Order: sequence, then structure tokens, then C-alpha cells
Amino acid sequence: MTPGPESPSCRLEAVDLTCERGDRRLFAGLGFALNPGEALIVEGANGAGKTTLLRTLCGLSRPVAGSVRWCGEDIHAIRPEFNAALNYVGHQPGIKADLTPLENLRVDLALHGLARGDLMDILDRVGLYGFEDVPCRTLSAGQRRRVALARLLAVPARLWILDEPFTAIDRDGVGMLCEAIDAHLAAGGLAVLTSHQAVELAHGRVGRLTLGRAA
Amino acid sequence: MWRAMVSVVKRDLLLAVRHRSELVNPLLFFLIVVSLFPLSLEPDPRMLATIGGGVIWVAALLAGMLALDAMFRPDFEDGTLEQLVLSPQPVAALALAKVFAHWLVSGLPLMLMAPLLGVLMNLPGEAMLALLATLAVGTPVISLVGAIGVALTVGLRRSGVLLSLLVLPLYIPVLIFGAAAAGDAAAGQSIAGPVLFIGAMLVLALTLAPLAIGAALRISLE
Repeated sequence: MTPGPESPSCRLEAVDLTCERGDRRLFAGLGFALNPGEALIVEGANGAGKTTLLRTLCGLSRPVAGSVRWCGEDIHAIRPEFNAALNYVGHQPGIKADLTPLENLRVDLALHGLARGDLMDILDRVGLYGFEDVPCRTLSAGQRRRVALARLLAVPARLWILDEPFTAIDRDGVGMLCEAIDAHLAAGGLAVLTSHQAVELAHGRVGRLTLGRAA
Repeated sequence: MWRAMVSVVKRDLLLAVRHRSELVNPLLFFLIVVSLFPLSLEPDPRMLATIGGGVIWVAALLAGMLALDAMFRPDFEDGTLEQLVLSPQPVAALALAKVFAHWLVSGLPLMLMAPLLGVLMNLPGEAMLALLATLAVGTPVISLVGAIGVALTVGLRRSGVLLSLLVLPLYIPVLIFGAAAAGDAAAGQSIAGPVLFIGAMLVLALTLAPLAIGAALRISLE
């Protein structure tokens, strides 16, 4: 059973998730469901387990108990399909400092089995036009973050999991990203993000999850 | 899958070209270690010819280990490893691509440099050929087996000693057969046995190591 991109049942569910870091229990019995067109904003103090939750949702970490389900199936059982539907931007931007933005994006496309898209247009949209042939190490922190975010636009995926996507990004960039998330939700995508900033999304139903108290 | 593998190899080679200085370090180490032997031992050409094969193999092994850490650590630190593991391609295939790229910039130069050092050690022609043959099949084994160790220890901050402890015992069969082949060839015997034996190890490593590397990378990223 391969979940098709248009399948309406493709929703992300967390069932009775319990996560620990070291010997400390971060949260227990966490459950939610995210439907197409919905966004979930994860909030919580530093150390509440936001990043751990996001890494668990994308399958990098395994929960102590419970499961994460995509289209009703455990993500570890359908990893290739789930990964094809996933776009994750973590704490580390996941770009090579010695490659140019264009070279970085080409590798990302190839990893997802895609031919070369119109990357210049995407770089233009994230405000990196003119920087496409500059090694990323010479870019500022915010610009490097934008390269990572350009991946969201370059690689089509249903589910966006974004860990602090607004870090180091200027106000225009925040607006650009909010628009991108809006467009993604309007097209039936799902998004899970953490942010310390107020996120203003026009479209889609936005849920909020506050970690650190219930557990 | 092929496209992704080719693209990973291309990226790693491009990165290697942009960090040329790091590539040279293991090669210099290789050169220095081997050239110290004639200086420290009696410079008797016959004795050098006897120990030459073994010395070059040991030095190649250590130089190869020196280069290992660069295989996954930079990727781990900048988050590109997460992207590899989260891509829809099988992690084992991508790991194999990375090991191949790493071998091209570390194992292959070692192999090409070996004849030069063979001259330094007064190795006879047949022994030199044997050395090249065993290094050709042996250095990929070093890269593949080493990659398992690197993948397991990449999440640790100081992994140097642990990596050697994990990986060196696994290198010993390769070393024994590799060094023996040079001696056999110098004595006029066939080297098919040792070469085929290392070849068998290579086949085993090629088939099983990528799976182990992939699993180890997942564990390290948790």
C-alpha cells in the first residue's frame, strides 16, 4: 500500500509518544493528528523537547514508547515513502559550506530522485539571486538558512518539519517563509514547526502544542 | 537511486578538490613513515627488500586510518548526514557512494604512491607488482570496514582511540595477506592465494558493510 500524493488519508499522527533525552523524560503519552492543510506550531521553553519531538516525527530518533504514523502506518515501516513525502530543515542547515547554493540544491534534488528544476527562480524567491555561485561559507548565517529553506521550495514534499526556521532570518525573510508555508498549506500540505517568534499564517488551520507542562 | 549515488560521489569529490590540503596529509604520513625505516634500521638493501612489503602495508593501513574520520564527521556536523538518512533512497546505497568517493581520494592515491615507496625500500619488481595487486583489492576493504567504525563513532566527540580499537583488529587479516603476498612474490611464488583471499574479503565487505554502515549511521544520528 503506497500512499499516493493525493491520498486524503495521508495525515500525520502521533500516538502515545513518550520521549526521553538522557535519563530525563521529556513528555509522555503525547498524541495528535495533523490533517492536510493543517500546521502545528510546537512551543515550549528551552529544553522542553521541541527538537526531540521534531526529530522523532521525522524518524531520526525513535520514541521510547508510542509511534508516529503517516497515512496510518508506522513511519519506520514505510520509510522510503515517508521520506519521499518529507522535507526536514533541522538545527543544522544541512548544507555544505564549501559548495555554492546551486550545488547544494542540486544534490538535494538528486537525493530525492528529481531532475534539475528551475533552481535560479527558487534562489531568486528566497533572496539569494546573485549569490548562486558563491561558496556558502562566505554567506551570512541568515543567507545560509535561506539556502536550507530554498530546499523546501525546490523539493516538493507533503510534510514540512521545520525546526526554528526563522532563526537568523530578517523580517522580509520571515514574511517570505510565512507566505511559502501558507501556499504549502493551501495546496494541501502539512507543516510542523517550532518557533520562538509569533508566526502569522493566513491560511490553514493552525494548531498549537505546548510542551513542558503536561508531562 | 543511481542519480542520487552519482550525485553524492560527485559532491564528495568536488569537496575533496576544494580541500586539497586535507587530502595530502595521509599521503605525507605514508611517505614519512616508510622513509623512516631505511633511516632507523640498517640500510642494507637485502634487509629492506625483505621487510619492505610489510612496512609499506602497515604504513598504508595507518595512513588509511588517519583519513577515515573525514568520511562522515563533516557531514554529521553540518547536518547533511541527516538529509542523507532522510532521503527516500536506501541509506546503504548512499553510504556505499560515500565510501567509494572516499576511497577515490584516499585509498587510490595511497595505492598509486606505493610503487614509489617500493623503490625506496629496494623491493624487487615482482614484489612491487604483488604489492600493487594486494593494495588494489585491500584498500577498498580498509575503506569499507573503516566506514562501519566511523559511522558508529561519529556521534561521539572524541572517537579517535575508540575508532582504532574497533577497526584495527578487523584490518589484521588484510594486513597479513597483503604483506605475505609481497614476500611470496619476492621468493618467486604465486600470489594468487593472498590476492584472492583479500578479494573474497572485499566481496564480503562490499555486500555487507553498506548495510552495517547505514544502520550505524542511523544509530549515531539518534
